[in-house]
Parts: sequence; C-alpha cells; structure tokens
Amino acid sequence: MNYPSVFNLTWLIPLPTALAFFAIILFANPKKRLSSNIAVGAVILAWIMSWAVAIVFFLNPELTEHPFDLNAPWLPMGTITFHMGVAVDAVTAGMLFMVGFVLTMIFIYSTGYMSFPGHLDPAKYPDAAKEGLDPRYSRFFAYISLFATGMLGLVVANNLLMLFIFWEIMGLCSYLLIGFWFDKSYPDPKQITPKQAGLKAFLTTRVGDVLFMMGLIFLFIHAGDLNFQAIFGNQEFLHELSTSTVNLPFFGAVTWAGLISMLIFWGAIGKSAQFPLHVWLPDAMEGPTPVSALIHAATMVSAGVYLIVRMSPLFSAAAHGGSGVMMFVAFIGAFTALFAATIAVAQKDIKKVLAYSTISQLGYMFAALGIGAWVAAIIHLLIHAFFKSLLFMASGSVIHGVEHGHHHVHEHGEHGHEGYFDPQDMFNMGGLLKRMPVTGWTFIIGGASLSAFPLITAGFWSKDEILAHAWADGHMAVYWTLAAGAFLTAFYTFRQIFLTFFGSPRTEAAEHAPESVRAMTWPLVALAFFALFGGFVAVPEDFPVIGGLASDFMAKLMEMQGEFYGLHVAPAGFNWTPALISMTLALSGIVVAWLVYGRKPLAAGKPDPLRKPLGPIYTILENKYYFDEFYHLVAVRPTLWLAQFFFLFDRNVIDRIVNWVGALGRWLAAALRRWIDEFIIDAAVNGAGLVTTWTGAVVRLIQTGQAQNYLLILLLSVVVLLLLIPLK
Amino acid sequence: MTVPLSWYLIFATALFSLGFFAVLSRRNAVAVLMGVELMLNAVNVNLVAFWRYLTPSDLSGQIFVVFVFTVAAAEAAVGLALMISIYRTRKTINVDEINDLNL
Amino acid sequence: MVGQILFIIIAAFTLLMGLGTVVARNLFHAALFLVGVFFGIAALFILLEAEFLAMAQIIIYIGAIATLIVFAIMLSKGMMGREAGAYNKQWYFAGGAMILFFGLLSWLLVKMPFAAANASAPDDAIQQIGSGFVGHYVVPFEVASVLLLVALVGAIMLARERN
Repeated sequence: MNYPSVFNLTWLIPLPTALAFFAIILFANPKKRLSSNIAVGAVILAWIMSWAVAIVFFLNPELTEHPFDLNAPWLPMGTITFHMGVAVDAVTAGMLFMVGFVLTMIFIYSTGYMSFPGHLDPAKYPDAAKEGLDPRYSRFFAYISLFATGMLGLVVANNLLMLFIFWEIMGLCSYLLIGFWFDKSYPDPKQITPKQAGLKAFLTTRVGDVLFMMGLIFLFIHAGDLNFQAIFGNQEFLHELSTSTVNLPFFGAVTWAGLISMLIFWGAIGKSAQFPLHVWLPDAMEGPTPVSALIHAATMVSAGVYLIVRMSPLFSAAAHGGSGVMMFVAFIGAFTALFAATIAVAQKDIKKVLAYSTISQLGYMFAALGIGAWVAAIIHLLIHAFFKSLLFMASGSVIHGVEHGHHHVHEHGEHGHEGYFDPQDMFNMGGLLKRMPVTGWTFIIGGASLSAFPLITAGFWSKDEILAHAWADGHMAVYWTLAAGAFLTAFYTFRQIFLTFFGSPRTEAAEHAPESVRAMTWPLVALAFFALFGGFVAVPEDFPVIGGLASDFMAKLMEMQGEFYGLHVAPAGFNWTPALISMTLALSGIVVAWLVYGRKPLAAGKPDPLRKPLGPIYTILENKYYFDEFYHLVAVRPTLWLAQFFFLFDRNVIDRIVNWVGALGRWLAAALRRWIDEFIIDAAVNGAGLVTTWTGAVVRLIQTGQAQNYLLILLLSVVVLLLLIPLK
Repeated sequence: MTVPLSWYLIFATALFSLGFFAVLSRRNAVAVLMGVELMLNAVNVNLVAFWRYLTPSDLSGQIFVVFVFTVAAAEAAVGLALMISIYRTRKTINVDEINDLNL
Repeated sequence: MVGQILFIIIAAFTLLMGLGTVVARNLFHAALFLVGVFFGIAALFILLEAEFLAMAQIIIYIGAIATLIVFAIMLSKGMMGREAGAYNKQWYFAGGAMILFFGLLSWLLVKMPFAAANASAPDDAIQQIGSGFVGHYVVPFEVASVLLLVALVGAIMLARERN
C-alpha cells in the first residue's frame, strides 16, 4: 500500500507545541509577547500539518480500508517488543481537522484574553500592569502549548499506552490551568477557589484514570500488545475475549471483554465528566476562559468520548458476548444528558451554564455510542467542539467586557461599588447585544447550534442523527430521555441569551461594557462559520430537499471506517416522526425561554422568574442536587479516617498516646457535632465550609513530612499484600 | 550450575531487605543512599540470576543490569550533590530533621 | 558441589558486609563495607558467568560510585553527624517489618516453581550485548546517555557554591 507522503508528517504534529513549551519555559519566559508569539507560531504549524494530513485523508476515502500506521520499537520486554507510533484513520483525520483548528483559534484568542486580570493588585505587579498583560502570561502560553501536545499526541497515537501517557499530560495541564490564578480568593468562603478547583479536578479524574489503567493492564495481559489495529484487526482474539469469563467478587462471572471495557469506560467517565464523576467540570470554570473553551469544552473532555470511539470494537464484542456494558454506556450517557441539563436551568454563572451543557452534550455522545450510533457520536463530537468552544470564548469576551465596564465605572467614580462584583453573573448583565455586537451575534449562532435550531445550524444535523438512531433502533427510553434533554437544552441556552444580550443593562458595568479586541472577536467569527455550516458534511441523504443539496461525505467516510473495524453502523434513515418531534421540542424550548425571559426583560435586582413556580426544585437544581456535599460525606471523610488511622499507627511512642486520646476526643466531639449539624440542622449548607477547615486540621496532623514514615507505610502495605497470597 | 536458582533469589531478598532497612531507619542521608545502592545491587543479582537460569540465550537480563548501573550512577551523583547543597544551607543532613514537606 | 560452597562463602561474605554497611555508626566505615558488598556481587556475577557485568560492576560501582561516596564524606566532615544516634525513632518497627518481609518473600520464592532452562551461557555474550545496545535497545540506550548528561549537569548545578 502506497500512502501519500504527507502522512509521514503525522508523527511531527505534536512536536512544534512541545518545542514551544520548552522554549518558553527555558528561554522566552521573561519576554511576554515573544512567548505568546512562539506558542501561536507553533500551533499554527501544527494546524497546517494536521489539516494537510486530514484533508489528504478525506480526499482518499479508500484509505479507510488500510489505515496508515507507522511504528518504531520502543520498549523491548523479553519476548515482546512494545512499539510506539502514529496511525491515521478516518476518526483521527476528523479529530485532527477539529483539534488543529480549534487549538489555533483559542491560542489567538488567548493573546487578547490574558490581559491584566481584575482580581490582582496592579501595585504589586507594576511591570505587568504597565504592559497590560497577566503577570504569568508566558507561563500560560507554556502550559497551553504543552496541553496542545497532549491533545494532538492523543489523537495520533496508535496504541493505548501512548494514548494514556498523553491523556495524563492533559490531566496535568488541566490541573495547572484550572489553578492558574491560584492566588485568587473570594469573599464568600464557600465559593471554591481556583486552587481548590484544580485539585478537585485532578483527584476526581484520578478515580477514573486508575480504573482505566487497570483495564489497560488486563488488556495487555490478554493481547500482549496495545496497538489499536493489532487488537481490533484480530476478530478471533476479540471473540475469545468476549467468551472467556472471570469470577469477580460481588459481580459473579463476567466476560473479560466486559470487564476490560467497563474499566476503560470509567476512565472516560472521569475525563468526560459523566455522572457520577461529573462534579469537577463545573468547578473547573475557575480557570481562565480560554482554558474552559479549550480543555473543558472542545478537546480534553471529548477525549473520553474519543477513547470509547476507539475502543468500540471491544465494546461491541463485549455486547455480543452478553455483557451489558453497552447498555451501561447508553444509560450513563442518557442519564447524564438529562441530569446535567436540568442543573443548567438554574445556574446564574454564565460559564457554569455552559459547563453543565458540556456535560450534557457529552452525555449525548456516550448515549449514541451505547446504542451503537458510532458515526453519529463522532460527528456530534466534532461539531460540538466547534460550537461549544465558540460559546465559551464568546462568554469569555462577555466577562471581559463586563469587567472592563466595571473598571470603567469604578475609575470614573460615577457609582461607588461596594463589595464584590461578579462579572460572570448573568443577572448582572443584560442588553449586551448593542454594546458587543460581534460577541453577541456569534454567541447567538453558537447557542442556536447548541439548541439544535432546525435546518440552518450544525448542531441540528449532528444531534438529530443521534435521536434518529435511538428511534430507529427502538431504544425508546434513550430517545425520550434525550428528547427531554433537547428541550431543556434549547430552554437554558436561550434563557442565557435573553438574560445576557437582550433587555436593558441591569448594572452600570453592563452598560459600559466595550466590545473585545480583534484578537478575540476574529476567532469567534471563524468558529461561528463552522457552528453554522459544519453540519452540511453529514446531512442524511434521504432528508427531504436538503439531503440532495448538501453532502454527507463525512458520515459516509466514518461509516466505511466503522465497517473496517467490524462495527455495523448503517445510517438510521430519515423518519418524519422523530425529526418532527425533535424540531418541535427544540423550537418550543426557545419559545418557552422567550416567554419567561425574552418577552418581559428582567429588571435589575429581580430574582429569577423561575424560582417561584419551581419552588424547592429550583433550590435543589441551584445546588446541583447536593452532589458535592454528598461526596464530602462518603469519600472525603472516610479517606481522612484512614489517614488518621495510619497517622496513629505511625506514632508508636508511648507519651504521644496521651495527646492522642485528647485529640481523638476533641476530634470525635467535633465530628459528632458535625453529624448533628449536618443531619438535623441544615443538611449540607454549612457542611462544605466546616469540612474544609476540619480537613485542613486533620491533614496537617498526618503530614509528618518525613519521607521515611511514608516509606514505612509503603513497606507495610507490601507486607500486607504478601500476607494475602498464602491466604488465597 | 549446581547452585539452585532459589539460593540466589533468597540472597538477593536478604540484601534488598538490609538496604531497605537502612533506607527506613538510618538518620544520615548518606547512609540512606548507601541503602539504596544495596537495594539496586540486590535487584541486579536477581536480573542476572534469572537471565542465567531461565533465558540464557536472550541477553535482555544483562542489558537491563547495565541500565541499572547507569541509573545508579546518575542517582549517586545527583543524590550526593543534593546532600552537599542541603548541608550548606541547613548544616544537617539528618533525614528526620528535613521535614519541609510538612508545611 | 564446589559451586555451592563457593556461593555460600561469597554470599555470606557479601551479606556480612551488607550488615556492616547498615549498622556501622561511622559513615566512612559504612562506605568501606559497601565496597566489600560490591566486590561480593562482582564475584557472584562471575559465578553466574556474566563476566562483562562483573568487570562493569567493579569499574562503575567501586571505581565511581563508592569513590564518590567516600569523597563526599571526606569533603564535608560535618556531614557525619555523630552527635545524635544513627537510627531514627521507627527503627525497631522498620526492622520487624523488614524481617517479616524477608520471611514472606523468601517463603514465596521457594514455593514458586521456575522453569529452569538447562542451557549454557552463550560464548559471544559480550558481542550480543554490544549489538543489542545499537540495535534492539537503541532508544533506551540513547535515553540513558541523555540521563547521564542531565545528571552530570544537575549535580554540578546543585553542588556549586551559590553567591
């Protein structure tokens, strides 16, 4: 097989941004503009190479039968040699097309966005304030360059181990970038700070990653290789995996394929913030907005979906072997899609709404994968990345504008603003369409796409395909859950649009908000193009009128690729009933939003008009079903118990025992008081604050800071594990 | 070849345990480093013994020992440099007095 | 038979030297004991017909690492820290756990069946190692050389006098 020579560039794609990272960290750090120029130059290079590879692939659809695969020996281990390398198939090509472009747009946008932040004191950073740039501007570009390497590497990797390594690089960058403004704090102690949010994201995704790694190890034991094509090209092996079983405690006999795919799916749950590990993503909005657009909307969170797309042959083998893992994927996806959409209805932070909407849309993709709509999931993944990064970047532009407006008012002393002003609160906005026309209109385009506004937006075509599949394959529960989610999506999106851009300004800050600089608005326009027209690559052929005019080459390409991997991915076929239902739901969501928020614009200082009719439900939604509080109760506290146990175990000196009894008594009393507090007085409202203080106090005790103590615990764990072997 | 493989393995375990004991309980950081060297040597004995008894025709075991040498040399150089640097600022290299992790 | 007696002598010598390394209060003595351990290991390598490694062991461990440690000790006499005890507070606990660990692991190793291949060592072992480094193992080999360079630079940076 002769491949177009441009494919030899594939392994170079992640390289420029990696070099940019080192160049900035080592040399360019003191010069802010130079650093951002290096980063943007590197990402443009990566963009050109990824588009070259992707477009050549699109032009040669016969390559789906012979995906490109380039290998080099990496880790020789006795009789097995582990290879590293890159591969290009239709999925990779599609991802490269999206990732390269979105990355570049966000890098350019960041050069405008990372101006001197409002929460810092200009007197403390005179140089940076004079330049008007964030004091850690260079560091930001170093981090996002490293992140770009992670994402591009993940997409081109041809084996699971490399994918996992890049996956973890992204996790690290996500942590660093969420906590980028680590010195920011809020007057309200219950509001999570960027530092805490970063830790929370890192630790929550870790739960999924550990399970993912277990799945990876099991797969390696059975296959002796982690190369995608080596595993999925071997139907016999997949069949064997789906018939041999293993006995697990609690679960009984499960097939190996079922177990491995379940473990891998948990990795995706963590990374893509699906229920029940969704809690980190909304708090990740503490990071700068380009980060939210890049990592927490377009690329990293969709890596979980990408992983399941890649592993789909294994999942479908598991399903053939009688394992319920596909059903589980569909259930988690559909449930999350609806669950997150309900929460989004009652949020007032402009970015939190989008965060929950991201969780919900990722749920759609998982639901699609669970019901076998492989092509629809990929197309929705690609198109969602365009319109969701557009929405995030437009919201960042809004926040920027409102913050500037706030400063403007403040400087001119027209109004003494006492206390804290939240530039992300939608109830502080209103009427911004006139002040920020480009941002406003692009946001509306993105919002219409997210709400699946019929026929003219990309989101309609991709989401409709998922719903059509659910209907055609008879997954009615999934269909109605997703349809209800679609209604809510349209509603909360237009609630956001009406609150932010229509009516009259509700604060002085909104009244004086200026339009953002060109570096920020141009990427919005470029992305808006794809948010509108991106869907015309996947219009079902038999769709009345438009089907004949538009093309479906992307869907066809993915379909061929799916056939190559042994997945049966026939198109759903056009059916009037589901199409009309979903159009009606989307439009009625928009109409309801208009009736509540658009017809009679909200006046300043008035509460959300939804609060009264929904009553206590609104409070529950506003508090995100109290999931954070629940996790504090069941996960954080037992961990600290364990930690406390080890600490006591460690301090084996007699005279400490006296102190210990005293501390334990105090601690028990505090814990008891907290129990009464939590369960009797007011469940979880005070909980978060107390847990934080208490966490600090206890964790301080167990941290002796002596490496030898930690090592002793390690040795004891090994001894315990060794003791378990004879017991077996 | 009259020596059974298990003798080598038990010898290596004993040496490893001695080294780990030094790591866990010596106060002086240089002594801790020597414990690490003992552990690395124990691992090397295992690698060579497994090569000789299980796969004499495949020299991966020996090659890995050379990599361990490399890492051990790097570790000793950096470790001792760290100790000199720490001693200069803190006038001690007792591991139990260096607890800055506890901040 | 001869092999077994030789093994017992070498192993006993090495373990005694190892014990000396661990218990010696004087750091300099501990370093000398460590040299003994390295010699013992080299002898074991010869017993295992890995002559190349035995040479490398002597050159690298005794010639470089042990010398480095001795120099580091002699260059900074105060580092010996003789004023306080040699062991920290958890030493008896660690010792107990260590004995348990040793007992369990050796019990396990004795029970574990290993399929010993009764083949002799290849004659061209050194040649095979050499071609392994530039063939099959070329990537790890290059990485190892970079690691050494980084360690070199890092050690100089860490140990230099700062003004």
